[in-house]
Amino acid sequence: MQKLNHIEGIVVPLDRANVDTDAIIPKQFLKSIRRTGFGPNLFDEWRYLDHGEPGQDCSQRPLNPDFVLNQPRYQGGTILLARENFGCGSSREHAPWALLDYGFRVIIAPSFADIFYNNCFKNGILPVVLDEAVVDRLFDEVTANEGYRLAVDLEAQTITTPSGEVISFEVDDFRKHCLLNGLDDIGLTLQHVEDIRSYEQRRREQAPWLFTDLG
Amino acid sequence: MAGKTLYDKLWDDHVVRTEADGTALLYIDRHLVHEVTSPQAFEGLRLAGRKVWRPATVLATPDHNVPTTDRSQGISDPVSRLQVETLDANCRAFGITEFDMRDQRQGIVHVIGPEEGATLPGMTVVCGDSHTSTHGAFGALAFGIGTSEVEHVLATQCLIQKKSKNMLVSVDGRAGEGVTAKDIVLAIIGRIGTAGGTGHAIEFGGEAIRALSMEGRMSLCNMAIEAGARAGMVAVDDKTIDYVKGRPYAPSGELWEQAVASWRELHSDADAQFDRVVHIDAADIVPQVTWGTSPEMVTGIDGRVPDPAQEDDPVRREGMKQALAYMGLTPGTPITDIRPDKVFIGSCTNSRIEDLRAAAAVVEGRKVADNIRQALVVPGSGLVKRQAEEEGLDRIFIEAGFEWREPGCSMCLAMNADRLEPGERCASTSNRNFEGRQGQGGRTHLVSPAMAALAAVEGHFADIREV
Ligand code: SF4
Repeated sequence: MQKLNHIEGIVVPLDRANVDTDAIIPKQFLKSIRRTGFGPNLFDEWRYLDHGEPGQDCSQRPLNPDFVLNQPRYQGGTILLARENFGCGSSREHAPWALLDYGFRVIIAPSFADIFYNNCFKNGILPVVLDEAVVDRLFDEVTANEGYRLAVDLEAQTITTPSGEVISFEVDDFRKHCLLNGLDDIGLTLQHVEDIRSYEQRRREQAPWLFTDLG
Repeated sequence: MAGKTLYDKLWDDHVVRTEADGTALLYIDRHLVHEVTSPQAFEGLRLAGRKVWRPATVLATPDHNVPTTDRSQGISDPVSRLQVETLDANCRAFGITEFDMRDQRQGIVHVIGPEEGATLPGMTVVCGDSHTSTHGAFGALAFGIGTSEVEHVLATQCLIQKKSKNMLVSVDGRAGEGVTAKDIVLAIIGRIGTAGGTGHAIEFGGEAIRALSMEGRMSLCNMAIEAGARAGMVAVDDKTIDYVKGRPYAPSGELWEQAVASWRELHSDADAQFDRVVHIDAADIVPQVTWGTSPEMVTGIDGRVPDPAQEDDPVRREGMKQALAYMGLTPGTPITDIRPDKVFIGSCTNSRIEDLRAAAAVVEGRKVADNIRQALVVPGSGLVKRQAEEEGLDRIFIEAGFEWREPGCSMCLAMNADRLEPGERCASTSNRNFEGRQGQGGRTHLVSPAMAALAAVEGHFADIREV
C-alpha cells in the first residue's frame, strides 16, 4: 500500500449527495480480475456520453463536458470534495481502486458509508469527515476560485486552505499509523497468531459445532 | 451493570484481542465467497505466499456473472467467463468448497448460506458483498467487507474491526394484510434515511418482526445496508431454530442440543441499552414503491410522486430533482399511474421460495399485461428452483407469460445479459434503485414480490390490498 502523509493538490468538487459505488465504478468493470486500470472508468456513466465496456480505449470516447472531472480547471485533481453519505451501496473495493487509479488520495465529505470508508484506508486513500457547514464553505471556495488547492497533513491531522486557514480532522490512531507507514493489515494481524490460536482453542470447547468442516 | 444487546453478545464472543484504541481483532466463523470480489484477494495471497487459514469455513459460489439462460454452453461473455473460471481455479487451489455453475446447489451466495445451514445463529459471517447483512436474520453478526478484507479473512480468519453503536428498530403492533417484510424495511429506510443506520448495528425487534418468517427476516436484514448499517439482526426464537434444523451443514445429534441451548441466549437482555431506538407502528405501513434513485426515496402505493419544491433542504431538493429527471417522473403523479416496461422477481432480497409463492399466487390464472416487454422470475438458488418446480410454480409463471430462469443475481445488477435498456422502467424485487443499477439509463422501482407480480399483470403499480 502507498504511504500517505502530505498531499497538496487541486480540489475537485462533486456536488451530489449519496454518491454510490455503482456510480463510482459501474458494474461492467467489476468483471476485471485485477486491482488496477479502473481510473479511466471512474464515474463512467457521468463522465462519458456513450456506454462504456471493459477493455475499451477511453481516450476515443465522447466526454460529457458538464461533468466536473472533464472541466479543464479540475484536471490533475488529487483531492475530491463530496457530499454526505459518499460511497454508499455495494462493498466493491473497485470504487477506491478507481479513485486511486485516477489519482485521488484524499476525499473530504460530511459523511461516508462505512464499508467504503474502511476500504479507502486499505488502499492508501484518506477519507476526511468535516462538518457539513465546513464542507459547504469549501464547495463555495472551490467553485469561486479556479486552481483552488488544499494541503492535507495526516500526521498533524490538518487541512490548510489557500488563505492559510487550518481545519483539523479526526482519524483513528491505528488507521493513521497504517496509512502513514503504508502498512499491510495482514502482516500486522499475523503478529498475533498465538492469540488467534488460543481463541480457537477456547472457542472449540464452548461452541464445538462451529468447528465442523464444510465439504 | 446494564445487560447486553444481541450485538454486544455476538461481538464479545468473537473478540480475539483488543488494542488500546478499541480496535479489535474479530474472529470469523463463516466466510462466503463469490467471483466478483475475490480474485484480487486470492492473487494477494499468492503474491505474499500465504495460505488460507481455515479453508473449511469458506463456502464459494459464482452468482453475479452467471447466465440465467441455458448454461450447457458455458458463459459466452469472455470477461465474465474468465472471472467465474478464476473462482473455480482459486477454490481448487486453496481447498475451498465451491458450488460451481453446474452444481444444483449453486445460487446467490446469501440464499445458499442459510439454505445449506452454513449460516448458523451466533456466527460471525462475512462476504465481499454488502448484502451479507442478510444472514443477521439468524441472530448472527453478518456484514459485508471489501476485497482487502476478504484477503485478510482468508489469511488470518480474523478482521480488524471497531465496534459499532447499538440501534434498535422496533416495529410495533401487527402489519396489515399485504404488507410484507420488504414493505416494512422500505418503510424503515424511508423513515430513517439511507444513512440513518451509519455507524450502527441495527437489531430489528417488535411484534411485527417476530411475526415474520425466516424468509421475511432475511429480506429485512438484507436491506439493513440500504439504511446505512453494515449489520442488521433479529433475535433467535423457535422459528430460527426450526428453520436451521436438519439443514446439510447444521449440527446434529448431541452437538445440535448443545448448539440450541447456546442459541437460546441470542437476544438482547431486557435491560440492555441501545444508543438509538426508533419505534415504528406496523399498522401505519402500507405496501411501498420507490420513486427515486435511492431506497429512501419511497412512498406508499396510495401516494404520489413528491414535489421537490416542497423540500426545504437545498441538497435534498437538488437530489430529488435529479432523481425525478432520471426516473422520468412528474411530481404529483399517482404511484398507481406508473407503468413499468419490465418486471424482475429475484435477487438476494426476494428470490426464496416464499417470495416465489407470493408472486405466483398473484399471477395464477392471469396474463402479463401487454405493455410489459419482459417479466423475469429468477430463483435464488438451484434448490429454490427445484422446489418451486415441484410445487408447480414454474408453470404458473410461464403460463402467465413470465420467463423462468436459472439462479443468479441477474437483473439485480445486470452484470450478465439480463438488464434494462436506457429509459426502461422496471418493477423490481431487488434492493437498489441507484442510477444504472439494472442497466445504464434503466429506471428501477423497488417493491415486494406480490407487488411486482401485480404490476406485471395490471401493467401499472396497483395496491395488493385491493386484490
Ligand atoms: S442479488 Fe443483487 S444485491 Fe444480492 S448479491 Fe446479487 S447483485 Fe448483490
